[in-house]
Amino acid sequence: MDKEAGQKEAGTVTGIYHELEHWNVNMGDKTVHAKRMPGFFRTIKNYTQALYLLFFLVPYLRWNGKQAILFDIEHRQFNFFSLTVLPQDIWMLSLLLLLLAMALFAATSVASRVFCGYFCFQTAWTDWFVWLEDKIEGAPHARRKLDAAPWNLEKIRKKVIKHLLWMAIALFTGISFSIWFVDAYWYWSTLIRLELPMVGWVTLITFFFGTYIMAGLLREQVCMWMCPYARIQGVMTDSQTILPAYDYKRGEPRGKLQRKTDAEGGTAQGDCIDCYQCVQVCPTGVDIRDGQQLGCITCGLCLDACDSIMDKVAKPHGLIRYASLDELEGKPVKKMYQHPRTWVYIGIILMAFGGIVYGLTHLGSMTLNVISERQPLFVRMSDGSIQNKYEFKVLNKTGHDLFVTVTAEGGVKDQVILGAEKPLLTHHGRGTSFTIFVRAPGENIKKEVTPIGFRIQSVEDPLIAAEYKTRFNGPKP
Amino acid sequence: MSEKHDAPGIPTTGHVWDDDLADLTNPPPKWWMLGLAASALFCVVYFIYYPSFPISSTGSFTKGIGGWTAIKEMEADKGEVDAVRGKFETRLKGLTPAAILADSELTEYVKRSGKVLFGDNCAACHGQNGIGTHDKQGLFAPILNDDDWLYGGKIEEIHASIENGRQGMMMAGKDMLSATEIDTLANAVAKGQPNATPLFAEKGCTGCHGPDGKGIQAMGSANLTDKVWRFDSSVEGIKYTISYGVNSGDPKARVAVMPNFKEAGKLSDAELKKLAVYVYKFGGGQADAPAASKAPEAGVAK
Repeated sequence: MDKEAGQKEAGTVTGIYHELEHWNVNMGDKTVHAKRMPGFFRTIKNYTQALYLLFFLVPYLRWNGKQAILFDIEHRQFNFFSLTVLPQDIWMLSLLLLLLAMALFAATSVASRVFCGYFCFQTAWTDWFVWLEDKIEGAPHARRKLDAAPWNLEKIRKKVIKHLLWMAIALFTGISFSIWFVDAYWYWSTLIRLELPMVGWVTLITFFFGTYIMAGLLREQVCMWMCPYARIQGVMTDSQTILPAYDYKRGEPRGKLQRKTDAEGGTAQGDCIDCYQCVQVCPTGVDIRDGQQLGCITCGLCLDACDSIMDKVAKPHGLIRYASLDELEGKPVKKMYQHPRTWVYIGIILMAFGGIVYGLTHLGSMTLNVISERQPLFVRMSDGSIQNKYEFKVLNKTGHDLFVTVTAEGGVKDQVILGAEKPLLTHHGRGTSFTIFVRAPGENIKKEVTPIGFRIQSVEDPLIAAEYKTRFNGPKP
Repeated sequence: MSEKHDAPGIPTTGHVWDDDLADLTNPPPKWWMLGLAASALFCVVYFIYYPSFPISSTGSFTKGIGGWTAIKEMEADKGEVDAVRGKFETRLKGLTPAAILADSELTEYVKRSGKVLFGDNCAACHGQNGIGTHDKQGLFAPILNDDDWLYGGKIEEIHASIENGRQGMMMAGKDMLSATEIDTLANAVAKGQPNATPLFAEKGCTGCHGPDGKGIQAMGSANLTDKVWRFDSSVEGIKYTISYGVNSGDPKARVAVMPNFKEAGKLSDAELKKLAVYVYKFGGGQADAPAASKAPEAGVAK
């Protein structure tokens, strides 16, 4: 592409016609067979993708005889080592999601689609699938040849092995996902006996096909046409964001490597020798030299490829490098701390993090909710006293059943609490509800609504307690 | 017809409008045609499997080979609910209401499941949650949340009231008492001290309401000394009750009738027991032990 012309016409009306001529969309009609080569970013990518080992292995971790990390949907609780989070504390999940979203945004505003390139499961699984393909079918040119070749035993053998291995990974992915939600060892034994419940089969089959189709067959098409985050992240970069970029000022005009130097009468040309290595290694099949584009997941593999060529032609590294658009255009480059958007993201991250820390340290071991009866608000008894009815809902988050006493603070003078003469049993891990009446002499009631606070307290351990403020309703005095 | 369109080779429908407008007859995409065929096939299978066509001559319809009916599906769903309730319901059947009350799990079950039963059978007069209903005579049916019971607030007594129904009875006093006497009596009763006037004993009120005016539970007569009123607490309202009575046959008499639910046959024994426990748990139910001092606070008219 004529970069100079592109630059001149960018932003003008005639520019759109220029763009049209170069409009080239990867519609998936041709399989991208990317070349794999070692390099700095390849190594980083291997490490970051290896984090997914946690996804496969962590569920087998045990803690006090139970699964260490278990999102126990069936029993509506989340076990994290010795910590148990019940649905009532699930507001922290929203903060966690906020934190993760902001971390994504912050990373994107600083260094573009870091998540896409290094951490995304689509990228990682595709990478592993292609690695297998590379091992079985050979390098890209061999794979292209094999695809075009007529079916014979050799081709069938290779293809069958490849697809079977892919399916094995897909199956294992489904299993590994499932065991975050049910006990891992129970799951395996149930799976082997083919006795999974319906929801278990549906999850497994969904993940099996999801993985096999997306990582094996669709690959970069998912990033191009299915993934919303790919597009969201794309629009969160600005001219200060560093991203894999082709230094067009240095590289253009590109041309095949010449024997003669400029001084010896060769044509003047930039450092790009138009070797297409950057295109050949690209897992999404884009040409980075066309500038920042939708298809680029910023995986950095083209940097490795270009640097290896620069070594061969004895030119400095970095013709394709992590650089901001400002830097490429020769504008003054701002420091990282002059990027206000990143600070806003970091501020939100800290707030969310603080909220989670507060939540986890203030989980409490018991919660109390009191619902005062609305129909009737109060009842006049035969001796003229006024009775209110309260539904107590106690959540005992400890590991065992507890007996609690009920006391009240505030309310009406000489009131009596009925229904809690003896300590009441609360079951652990689920809600317990009981009915409590409060009866007060009619002449002592001074207002229609009197604030009253209830306190429940464990008989065994006074530190396990919970309070709730509500109201005592009476007639107009 | 001119073939002057920029998609040459594709036939048109043959209709031409405005000299040169024509419709191409592009076939729909293959996936679309497959979808159409599949939908048509689905219809055929559906019509064979499920009830579908009305047959007007017999007033019936095709039954379908699957044997599906909405009633069957509903019964199956009901079966699921019944299975959950079943273990409680079976235990309920063999127990007395008092025994149900003694079992906290069963009591909890009745408190949760009795709402519909109460709403269907009792709330029309006693109000949702037993808050009572009012009409022009004042309180139409008693409040069930308080601790004042005409016929007793122990669990067996509540059960008996629901099973057999109740009918209040008070003579109309307008022909036996003078206007002044009615006025004196009404004022004394309104203050909660019926014995403040000798008329209370002289005119035979004590016959039903007891010598102390606290009512006699066996007769369902009202306690005239407490703070809970059966019909109306105003002096005018009390005068009205004394004048025309309750269910006295006088056309202006107050009405206090609760039907016999056992005889009506609408409710099963278990349901009657559940209702007794449900009502007891409104907050006014009386335990057996200290009943002697508090129980007889009753009365139809006061």
